[in-house]
Amino acid sequence: MWARAWRLGLRALVGGRRGFTCKADTKGSGRITAEVIEHLERLALVDFGSQEAVARLEKAIAFADRLRAVDTDGVEPMESVLEDRCLYLRSDHVIEGNCAEELLQNSHRVVEEYFVAPPGNISLPKLDEQEPFSHG
Amino acid sequence: MAAPMLRLCCPGRRWALACIDGCSRHRRGAPNGCTSSRKRGQSSVAQQPFITAQKPRKGEHEWAAVVGLEIHAQISSKSKLFSGSQVHFAAPPNSLVSFFDASLPGTLPVLNRRCVEAAVMTGLALNCRINKKSLFDRKHYFYADLPAGYQITQQRLPIAVNGSLVYSFCAGKNRSQVINKTARVKQIQLEQDSGKSLHDDLRSQTLIDLNRAGVGLLEVVLEPDMSCGEEAATAVRELQLILQALGTSQANMAEGQLRVDANISVHHPGEPLGVRTEVKNLNSARFLAKAIDYEIQRQINELENGGEILNETRSFDSKLGCTIPMRDKEGKQDYRFMPEPNLPPLLLYDTESLPAGADPQQVIDIDRIREQLPELPSVTREKLVQQYGMLPEHSFTLLNEVGLLEFFQNVMKETRAEPKKVTSWVLNTLLGFLKQQNLAVSESPVTPSALAELLNLLDRKAISSSAAKQVFEELWRNEGKTPAQIVSEKKLELMQDQEALEQLCHAVMEGHPQVVMDVKKGNPRAINKLIGLVRKVTLSRADPTVIKEILEKKLAS
Repeated sequence: MWARAWRLGLRALVGGRRGFTCKADTKGSGRITAEVIEHLERLALVDFGSQEAVARLEKAIAFADRLRAVDTDGVEPMESVLEDRCLYLRSDHVIEGNCAEELLQNSHRVVEEYFVAPPGNISLPKLDEQEPFSHG
Repeated sequence: MAAPMLRLCCPGRRWALACIDGCSRHRRGAPNGCTSSRKRGQSSVAQQPFITAQKPRKGEHEWAAVVGLEIHAQISSKSKLFSGSQVHFAAPPNSLVSFFDASLPGTLPVLNRRCVEAAVMTGLALNCRINKKSLFDRKHYFYADLPAGYQITQQRLPIAVNGSLVYSFCAGKNRSQVINKTARVKQIQLEQDSGKSLHDDLRSQTLIDLNRAGVGLLEVVLEPDMSCGEEAATAVRELQLILQALGTSQANMAEGQLRVDANISVHHPGEPLGVRTEVKNLNSARFLAKAIDYEIQRQINELENGGEILNETRSFDSKLGCTIPMRDKEGKQDYRFMPEPNLPPLLLYDTESLPAGADPQQVIDIDRIREQLPELPSVTREKLVQQYGMLPEHSFTLLNEVGLLEFFQNVMKETRAEPKKVTSWVLNTLLGFLKQQNLAVSESPVTPSALAELLNLLDRKAISSSAAKQVFEELWRNEGKTPAQIVSEKKLELMQDQEALEQLCHAVMEGHPQVVMDVKKGNPRAINKLIGLVRKVTLSRADPTVIKEILEKKLAS
């Protein structure tokens, strides 16, 4: 349920439209459980870590909750503020690329012309399953 | 590559029959092979101890399988979907990457017109409704070969919807009966491909090549209208032929231009559908049917042993021949779809709605693309049957082998031989030689013109059919000689000179008085010996029926 509340909040933040239409749902009380934090950490591969970070997240949700106060009854939702603009179409010509050297400068580690990443998606270890793994 | 394709696409008699009689009914039994690896393969699913299955009560072992497909086809274009970097297979790593493809800050997507046209054309060929307005969305997931952390796709409103893919195979006693099946096309969406990861387990690292990142893909979603691996494989093969005919994708599975994910579930007929699993990484025509059939059987075994099917993603291990759960994809993912803020809606027009004075480079006219649609494989096959009186199964084989149809048509252009004869030579002799040496049609040492010339010699009875086979073998050795040269060098032409033949017959009779006596005594088989002897003298260049006539005449006198 809390996960749901968070997702609604997130959509309100980024998507606009769905957040508006779901205002009847759970009104955030601002408290976030450890399970929700863990779920978010796994989704985002971000470690919220401290109590302070959690407090910041709670504030963000409270901020987003204010969107629910806006009355949007009878208002046609928009996809984007650009939705009445023309979508430019490009001709199928090769005009970019061939800049591996420059791009690879951004990489912490490089093998030949490859970027080097950690093996697979290393999700954060579950609370009950501390699986050992080594960083590359 | 050629051999499995053929097997797959024009199911043999045994197959087609199996498919029709028993395709949607599956019986208990271990999945083919892989019994030893079963435990490892299913560790996370089969937590229950393996119970030896008891005999099912009657009527209880009837299962129906349901298979739906998601097919990703790489669009054949010079540049990527949203950037001007090149699309090319097997280029040096990270050489075909723009700043946008590497997701550097401040870069924006610019849509490639060619990719949109390819999607519209494919949609029309698959009888879809083309949406005049479609939308782009971001689908988020974290993977090192997806530098933006999201893929631009079309989730809410794809470019084409509600189509159908008709695929057919030959069945019946002589495989002369064509069975048509239809899989509904739910939608076709434009989306970006990801980069490639090379996993180096030894050093515990992943090497990332972004050359493929941002290449345009058509995702074709087929409704779960198929019921076994072979049906799915045949449908995929038909789609592959359509894409290749349209030129919208090269659809070469070996180069990853066509990738298939299958959604599979089983249920008892008349009951609601079962829980489905998704089998990913079906990137080879050979394993597609095998993987699906394995998964169907695994689910049946699991359910009959009191287990349950989890809604999970599995991958097919071609070495073990079984499907394994993918640890990366455990649990339901939240892709956090959101509208792509940097791309306004994609609008398409037809002749009626085309705005006056619009820049032709900036508008896409669906009706014009419809006019440009080439002939589709099903029509080509029908034409072959009607034009040449060809058997339907032969038309399937001609289309299923890359380049074989063109070869056939080129031979037809230059020969006076009957279409049936040409078909037989192309499908039996040529294809047989190609298969034996594992060659593609384009690698054939015998050119269409050479085969046409050979068939002309055969047609005007200049050579016998056994001599023709010999000439073909010579041509195959590819020593740069024409069929006529080979015929004259090897003295393979049929003896047309009646007088010379009569002399030879006479000489043989003189040389074998004992055999002649036998004939005269009334041994009916003795004349065959004489015929054989004459043929030997003529180096098999004389027509046996003519020899027999001459001998009979001489023996009677």
